[in-house]
Amino acid sequence: MVIGNGLLVWIPLWPLLGFVVVALLVKRLSHAQVTWIACGSVALAFTLSVILAVGQFTGGAPIKQNLYTWIQSGNFSLEFSFAADPLTAVMLLIITGVGLLIHIYSVGYMHGDDGFNKFFAYLNLFIFFMLLLVLGSNYLVMFAGWEGVGLCSYLLIGFWFKHPSYNQAANKAFIMNRIGDLGLILGVMLIAINFGTLDMATVANKAAAMDTPTLTIITFLLFVGAMGKSAQIPLFTWLPDAMAGPTPVSALIHAATMVTAGIYMIARNNVLYSLSPVTMMLVVVVGLATSIFAASIAITQNDIKKVLAYSTVSQLGLMFVALGVGAFDAGIFHMGTHAFFKALLFLAAGSVIHSLHGEQDIRKMGGLKSSLKLTHATFLIGVLAISGIPPFAGFFSKDEILVAAFDYSPWIWAGALLASWMTVFYMFRLLFLVFYGEPRQGVTRITHLHDAPQTMAIPLIILAFFSVVAGFFNLPELLGGSPWLAHQLTPLFELASRLNPPAHTEGIEEYILMSVVLLGSISLIVIAHQRYVTRKNIPAKDGQIRGLAHEMSYQKYYVDELYETMVVRPLFWVSSTTNRWIEVGGINTMVNGIGEGVVGAGKLLRRVQTGSIGYYLFIMVGGILAILAAHYWTIVN
Amino acid sequence: MIILLLIIPLLTSLVVVLLSPEKARNAALASSMVNLLLTLGMLVGQDGTSATVDVQWIPSLGIRFSLAMDGISFLMVLLTNLMMPFIIGSTDIDKNYPSSFYSLLLFMQMGLLGVFTAQDGFLFYVFWELTLIPIWFICLIWGGENRAEITLKFFLYTLTGSLLMLVALIDVYLNTPGNHSFQLADLITAGARLDEVEQGLIFWALFLAFAIKIPIFPFHSWQPDTYSSAPTTGTMMLSALMLKMGTYGLIRWLLPLVPVGVQMWGNVAMVMAVIGILYAAGLALTQKEFKRLLAYSSMSHVGLIAAGSLTVSTMGIQGAVFQMFSHGLIVFGLFYVVHLISKRASFKTLQDLGGLRNTAPQLATSFLLLILGSIALPLTSGFVGEYLLISALVKHNFWIGAAAGISIILGAVYMLRTFQITMSGDVTSVAQHFSDLTTSEKLILYPVIGLILLLGVFPAPLLSITESVANQIVVQSGNLINLTP
Amino acid sequence: MMPVTHYIWLSLALFSIGVLGVLFRRNAIVIFMCIELMLNAVNLLMVAFSTYLQDAAGQIFVFFIMAVAAAEVAVGLAILIIMYRNTRTTDIDVLNRLKW
Repeated sequence: MVIGNGLLVWIPLWPLLGFVVVALLVKRLSHAQVTWIACGSVALAFTLSVILAVGQFTGGAPIKQNLYTWIQSGNFSLEFSFAADPLTAVMLLIITGVGLLIHIYSVGYMHGDDGFNKFFAYLNLFIFFMLLLVLGSNYLVMFAGWEGVGLCSYLLIGFWFKHPSYNQAANKAFIMNRIGDLGLILGVMLIAINFGTLDMATVANKAAAMDTPTLTIITFLLFVGAMGKSAQIPLFTWLPDAMAGPTPVSALIHAATMVTAGIYMIARNNVLYSLSPVTMMLVVVVGLATSIFAASIAITQNDIKKVLAYSTVSQLGLMFVALGVGAFDAGIFHMGTHAFFKALLFLAAGSVIHSLHGEQDIRKMGGLKSSLKLTHATFLIGVLAISGIPPFAGFFSKDEILVAAFDYSPWIWAGALLASWMTVFYMFRLLFLVFYGEPRQGVTRITHLHDAPQTMAIPLIILAFFSVVAGFFNLPELLGGSPWLAHQLTPLFELASRLNPPAHTEGIEEYILMSVVLLGSISLIVIAHQRYVTRKNIPAKDGQIRGLAHEMSYQKYYVDELYETMVVRPLFWVSSTTNRWIEVGGINTMVNGIGEGVVGAGKLLRRVQTGSIGYYLFIMVGGILAILAAHYWTIVN
Repeated sequence: MIILLLIIPLLTSLVVVLLSPEKARNAALASSMVNLLLTLGMLVGQDGTSATVDVQWIPSLGIRFSLAMDGISFLMVLLTNLMMPFIIGSTDIDKNYPSSFYSLLLFMQMGLLGVFTAQDGFLFYVFWELTLIPIWFICLIWGGENRAEITLKFFLYTLTGSLLMLVALIDVYLNTPGNHSFQLADLITAGARLDEVEQGLIFWALFLAFAIKIPIFPFHSWQPDTYSSAPTTGTMMLSALMLKMGTYGLIRWLLPLVPVGVQMWGNVAMVMAVIGILYAAGLALTQKEFKRLLAYSSMSHVGLIAAGSLTVSTMGIQGAVFQMFSHGLIVFGLFYVVHLISKRASFKTLQDLGGLRNTAPQLATSFLLLILGSIALPLTSGFVGEYLLISALVKHNFWIGAAAGISIILGAVYMLRTFQITMSGDVTSVAQHFSDLTTSEKLILYPVIGLILLLGVFPAPLLSITESVANQIVVQSGNLINLTP
Repeated sequence: MMPVTHYIWLSLALFSIGVLGVLFRRNAIVIFMCIELMLNAVNLLMVAFSTYLQDAAGQIFVFFIMAVAAAEVAVGLAILIIMYRNTRTTDIDVLNRLKW
């Protein structure tokens, strides 16, 4: 079945309509009505996406739909237009599919919250902007979605706006994203100036004729945007703070979809990136550094959501490594599997938090295995998937990245391996501390532990199912499969792979790599079990940190503090100093000084005005005589 | 037709003084609505370009009373006539001498329309000065603390600028052939023939006049004081409409007049404008007073308009005009929100407020939408303007463009900070007895927000109006490289 | 026919008397009268030249000057009377409060 061009617009339109209806009638609609409108609109978008995806995956040509001319100035003309190809289709399925599940989950999770209706309005708006981001056929439409999801992220992080710290986190997220967005929009402007168009397909076609320095600058600026949105060094600190939002939001926006926008954008621009090796190298370095850095922080965190947040940052770093080494399909593949298992982990974590009435400290949990059976089972699947244990989804996607990294350089491979081993360790640490061992105070406090209600359970089960099987969409040939996803994406990355031909590690070598990874992982699981289950090694209280490395990791390397002292405070210091010394003390004083100077001169001059009439008359006559004399003098000469 | 636009507010303003407050308000509203309808009629009719008035005024000096509208003028006229009903509607009736207040507003409307349509340099100057009279009374009679000093400062500033403008115009006028003429077209021909030095001098004289009005760093120190001391309606007039006189003058009366001067000094002026953008945005970060913060924010935005126009490119000029329109809407909305808050609760600094989202969610949402427009989020009108402007700047010089772009980060910082302080958090004592928007307030706020969103999604109609004029100005200023037919 | 120089000398003399009176007298009324003297000196000169040049314009000006002078006298004397009522003096050295 092939979807007609005209239907493309309806995919984002349904969530938009859902948002408009709920937002306008936010006070009048009942929770049940909102549930139906919000979930229904996303379900419709999902259905359309499935139809579209089937068309694209069965060999349908990429489709494009122009809506109208958005901005026109001189010869710069920009259509508001959508386009879809297999990459878009993959993104659409993830966004609407995972989005729908999280909508359903949220019905249970947000049950009884005052802001129920508002929450779903924001969620629908988010889906709309996310769809705009991936469907946009030119950079500016993509940018509109890009900033729009940032807005929704801002609104949803600060959803419980009475807490000052939540608002702080929301502001931080928006502003850090804005820093990236500035890079992105400057890159987009340079594209418009150098290519004369913003249409992505046209730009990709013309790219080969463009000189490398220009492309390097453009891709670098675009990558700055990706750093912000996908939380890479140095713009990553907003993502852990973003966990202030409701857990479904963390799952949808800050794990499965929005933060992967950077991956999507680079994959979309694979031609430009392939043509600028310098930026590619930068992508690898930044991705790898972020991956290791964030994983090392995750090891010592005690907030269940913070661990997952740093894990997300780390996994995103791995995806960037994949993109940077030229394995675009591996990056997209990992993005897809990650969307499933990370959303699953967050939702399961949400279920834990929900049943513990908001407790998030894993030091106070434990022994939940027996009371939250379903949550435990699904969380376990998620942990196995992210740790890359076969045959769960994460194994295949991560393996591909590692192989590609090995092809690129063994050092990069070693770094990525380190990151994924750390992942195994902190994920199992999390699992053991939450679900195994003895119940601790946060659990014993609650008399009746309820497992997830039905609306929350169904999404968990579905996501768990996909976390198991998603890997088979791209089974490597080595293991007797055919890489279906890679095959679908081939035409897109054709040029890129021609430029950087993949010298694929094959056969026995790949088996060895796999075994190394697996052996390490399994031994780490055993170690984690030893520490956190057998020895009941509960993380120390905040005050009892041992050793510098532990301290640094626990304090997140003081990056927040560093930014605070290096950027935030100097900025405000400059602002208030400028206000005092330049604005008030300098310019204002100078301007007032001119005024006062005039007044002062007047004060001096007014002494001439004595008030004595005789004096005035003398001056007057004297003046007349002087004029006459001067006149006479000119005549004489 | 075009003369009607001026006569209606003028006559109404004379009549309104004599009426009772209620009637005065209604008459003023009615008059402004008629003007708006007339303008819209021109839009539907024929771009409004054909309506002209051109009669002898002072024949011995070659001064003509000539008014005409091209695309840029038309957008400014539309903005003025669109904002007036909102501004009049947002004015409280319970003040001293309300009838006179409405009368002054209408008189000012007449002056503004004259500025935006005058085709004769002398006439332009006369209207330019005429607009000062009503704003002087408005600031002085209905202003806040220290109004006398602040108004004096404001006036000395702007009169200095006007004087320089007059000198520059007369200088070009004396270089017109034969009996001399103040007609814009003649001035353009004469200006282009002047030598480098003279063009440079004229450039600076005119630029100073407009820079003070806009205002551009470092000629801005009248603005924050005046904005915070003037009554909110006055601030709206100043920020939404009057400062557009400066940017409009820059585009219409400076760029084409002295092409060589612009080429020589345009970059210096542009750098000044960009410094101003960052300077004002930086100062906005730590402002404690609401109106003062918005004043700096507005200065930061209009600095970008000025910088963009100075690129003398089609995109820059079109972006500037579009952004002038959009800025008018947004800044009106922002000041209206401040007005609504101060009407409900007395507060001095931002810190006195807090938690308004709890008690007045509609007000908070409206404020948020306006902020989004102000920080140029895509699909709001602010984005279209800023994109075109920054794009033009990047094309002109990447680093200038990038520096100007930093303001979109700083803008987000100070605006979201403001939103957080005033709207989020726990309910403070001020916010406790806060009522949400009333119907009449919604009638003013919602259409403005609607327009901001609409123009963000469908900006093309407004852009197409200005395209040919923007091209023409680029041609006149001899900057053929930047012409994009 | 008297030569025009006589008239010139006469009006010059009258004018100088007026100027010196204005400069050296302290009584406001006297000063005022001296001003009138100066005006009339000029009038005399105008009439003389008018006749000499056979041009009526000079005489017309004289009428104007006389009319203005009359108006001026009315206003000036009125001011002086008011001043006198307030200060009981017409001495200009006493009337020196018109200053900053």
